[in-house]
Amino acid sequence: MIERCISERVAMKGCSITAALCFILSSCAGVLAPVGPVGEGNAEILINATMIMLAIVLPTIVLAFWMAWRYRASNTSVEYLPYWSFSGRIEAVVWSIPILTIMFIGGLIWIGSYKLDPFRPLDSERPQIEVQVVALDWKWLFIYPEQGVATVNQLVVPVGTPVHFRITSASVFNVFWVPRLGSMIYAMPGMVSELHLQANSATDIWGTSAQFSGDGFSDMQFKVRSLSDSDFAAWIDSARAAAPKLDQAAYAKLAQQSQRHPPSAFGLADPYIFDAIATQRVPPGPGPQAETSEHAGREHPSAGKE
Amino acid sequence: MFGKLDLSAIPLSQPIPLVTSAVVILFALGVVAMVTIKGWWPYIWHEWITSVDHKRIGIMYCLLGGLMLIRGFADAIMMRTQQAVAINAEGYLPPEHYNQIFSAHGTIMILFGAMPLVLGFMNFLVPLQLGVRDVAFPTFNSVGFWLTASGALLVNVSLFIGEFARTGWLPYPPLSEATYSPGVGVDYYLWAVQISGVGTLITGINIVTTVLKMRCPGMSYLRMPVFTWTSLASCLLIVAAFPILTATLAMLTLDRYVGWHYFTNTAGGNPMMFVNLIWAWGHPEVYILVLPCFGIFSEIFSTFSGKPLFGYRSMVAATLFICVVSMLVWLHHFFTMGAGPGVNTFFGISSSVIAVGTGVKIYNWIFTMYGGRVRLAVPMLWSMGFIFTFIIGGLTGVLLAIPPADFITHNSMFLVAHFHNVIVGGVVFGVFAGMEFWFPKAFGFRLHEGWGKAAFWFALIGFWVTFAPLYILGLNGMTRRLQHINFEEWTPWLYVSLAGVIILILGVISQIVQLVVSILEREKLRDVTGDPWDGRSLEWATPSPSPFFNFAVMPNVEGEEAYWGIKLRAIETQQLAPEPEYAPIEMPLHTPVGIYTAFFSAIFGFAMIWSIWWLAIVSIVAAFIGFVVFAWRDVHEFKVPAEELAKAERARRAAREALLHRLSSHGAAI
Repeated sequence: MIERCISERVAMKGCSITAALCFILSSCAGVLAPVGPVGEGNAEILINATMIMLAIVLPTIVLAFWMAWRYRASNTSVEYLPYWSFSGRIEAVVWSIPILTIMFIGGLIWIGSYKLDPFRPLDSERPQIEVQVVALDWKWLFIYPEQGVATVNQLVVPVGTPVHFRITSASVFNVFWVPRLGSMIYAMPGMVSELHLQANSATDIWGTSAQFSGDGFSDMQFKVRSLSDSDFAAWIDSARAAAPKLDQAAYAKLAQQSQRHPPSAFGLADPYIFDAIATQRVPPGPGPQAETSEHAGREHPSAGKE
Repeated sequence: MFGKLDLSAIPLSQPIPLVTSAVVILFALGVVAMVTIKGWWPYIWHEWITSVDHKRIGIMYCLLGGLMLIRGFADAIMMRTQQAVAINAEGYLPPEHYNQIFSAHGTIMILFGAMPLVLGFMNFLVPLQLGVRDVAFPTFNSVGFWLTASGALLVNVSLFIGEFARTGWLPYPPLSEATYSPGVGVDYYLWAVQISGVGTLITGINIVTTVLKMRCPGMSYLRMPVFTWTSLASCLLIVAAFPILTATLAMLTLDRYVGWHYFTNTAGGNPMMFVNLIWAWGHPEVYILVLPCFGIFSEIFSTFSGKPLFGYRSMVAATLFICVVSMLVWLHHFFTMGAGPGVNTFFGISSSVIAVGTGVKIYNWIFTMYGGRVRLAVPMLWSMGFIFTFIIGGLTGVLLAIPPADFITHNSMFLVAHFHNVIVGGVVFGVFAGMEFWFPKAFGFRLHEGWGKAAFWFALIGFWVTFAPLYILGLNGMTRRLQHINFEEWTPWLYVSLAGVIILILGVISQIVQLVVSILEREKLRDVTGDPWDGRSLEWATPSPSPFFNFAVMPNVEGEEAYWGIKLRAIETQQLAPEPEYAPIEMPLHTPVGIYTAFFSAIFGFAMIWSIWWLAIVSIVAAFIGFVVFAWRDVHEFKVPAEELAKAERARRAAREALLHRLSSHGAAI
């Protein structure tokens, strides 16, 4: 009787929770509405793991409240067992439930970590393109070495093509993240991290930095556009034709602190500039510039504002 | 002469810190004036400031933690209002101010709010539960407390003189290096945390030694109350983890002050090393906070169910399991740094495995209620709220421990919601539950029930209304630490979250009103028995409030739940145990060395922050002299005569006689 009662309640609660989750998922324009295979993989694992755990967690919560209610002090109709404090069988069960759940989740972790390793190239018949990413104070520089183009605060990728990102930072830590494409990864000075993503449809989305990087952090978003192959080729041509060159001087200016840098494009003067930045042959961003300090011990409040 | 310090360090152009500091200073001056006029200084000096009594120190820890919780909550209110008004706008807090606020919020809540509260409970309870008269090193204990208070003082001074760190509560280099953070903010952080960290380490050593060496006769390890077990586990973690923090911050200090290159961007420094080291402390730190709270809940579930804790031994095993494994999970804070799938798998699984220990504990609490007579008093309400909140927080925690799921939730508001879910649900609820439960033991009267219930419901509802929207915002791609928001579609959720904060404010007000009302009605709420909740462990064997010597005669423990056993025997035989023989005891003398050392440590920290080198040297030498003088003292204990003990013990026995009659008359239940 008791068991049936519990299971009925669980079923009811399970339904309403699922309904609520569906509502939240459908109203979501973020990581649960992915537009590429990596994001789909991430979201699937997130949702599967949530469901597995809810199957354990919801009955447990119900059991806790049922127990407190049934054995409330005013309910003298149930037995009182003032010395009962051990049961080998219950102990075995309460150790097994979490262990089994975690073994299951552990399998998910193991398989998922390898399958969605950011460094692992995506399976695709199409050759991947390379995009090099440099986090600057407080903007993103994207370099297309094969195409000879660089952009600031806009990332353009061809639809259906795996993109191999090589990511570094020329100042402090940042995290490169396009929520609807999937996995994020740190951009760190003097180090190169790698990430493979792919957009499955033509769309306009956005990316951001997920690691606080100083006063201009809140505006470290960038536009992400995925274009069909022909549109992408056309965009490359127009960017290469119209844009100024990204040479040492232009890069040095970019490395200065600035906020809300408008999306823009450059031609590439040096195809190896990314390696020079990552190995710090080009010195890292200078940080806040020594202006006339208004307050002792305080950093200049408007550093880098445009 | 004054290093970097001059008058321009005072933020005259910024109204918020200026007004806040002015109010705080005026309030402090008002308190000092009142104490002076009323002539309370001798009492406060002799009975509290210089006290080495573990109960007094515990209470002062809790007072400090409570004040800092309010300070940190004020920061939280500012953050939530800023994010609600700064949607496609700048809001009222510019980045250089907002960034200090979230950094201070995290630092204060963890290190100066939660930590002192938890240490306060351990200090107050562990010797009482072990049936001993003090901790192993009473004076050391006082030094530890005052060092923690010095750290808290430095953090708060930064509001008025200079600035606080703008780097987040863990100052990741290279952002926290001199190149990118040239101001004194990070230095305030470093010295405040460094000084209070030494204090915490001292308390950790103290409690570990107390538990290992000072239990009363018969108190074997497997008869210790679970709170004492969890305190031991927590302090073992303190001893293991805090030296890592000290070393890590010392390396960052060397980078900033003398231009070394442990973590710098250039010259071979490696900032990732800082991240590894700081989390090798940071993750055990959250278990340092939550384990004693698990202990608090264990005591409450058993007492208010009128039953022993279910599965005591597996509870102890689960505690030690968590204690060990928590040292092996730190990398889950940065799966997204690209460590590779093998490493991520290891740390993902080790992090999830902790949930086994926690899961066992939750089932054991639930089965403690089975067959009980559950009284839903305020401590029990907090405990039920904890179970619900903490289970959900644990669920989202396991999600974050799955590397591929972490790749889309790391550093997002989902993460923010998760760790508040476990820290508020676990630690804050635990501390409030414990406060309701042990308040009579500390002060001799109970807290007002009605206002306690109000505080609980406001806190529980306010918590969920504040943080549930943050989960959704995180899944929508909102990252943490945004000073303004460029996405209008997030507005509704940010407003809901702000509404939650308003409910939480009502909760905080209820908590304060509860304290005031209880003090006013203290005669009505007085606990004359010393055992207001029908308790089971030894602290309830003492009168409320406990005398400074705790036990006139050392108790003799004959089983688990020491006091419960004594009580049952008394009811069975219808009389108390025969009156013991009283022998004089020796108690440690009070000493000002704690506050003296801490005072000069605070000056030292301040001098280092502002590069006032001569003052730094003077103050560190002065602090050291304090130790030397103390070490050469001749008399360090005083005798409590047997007559005084006999008098106190007879009063206690009279109260117990009355309790015995009452329990026997309607004690048929037992």
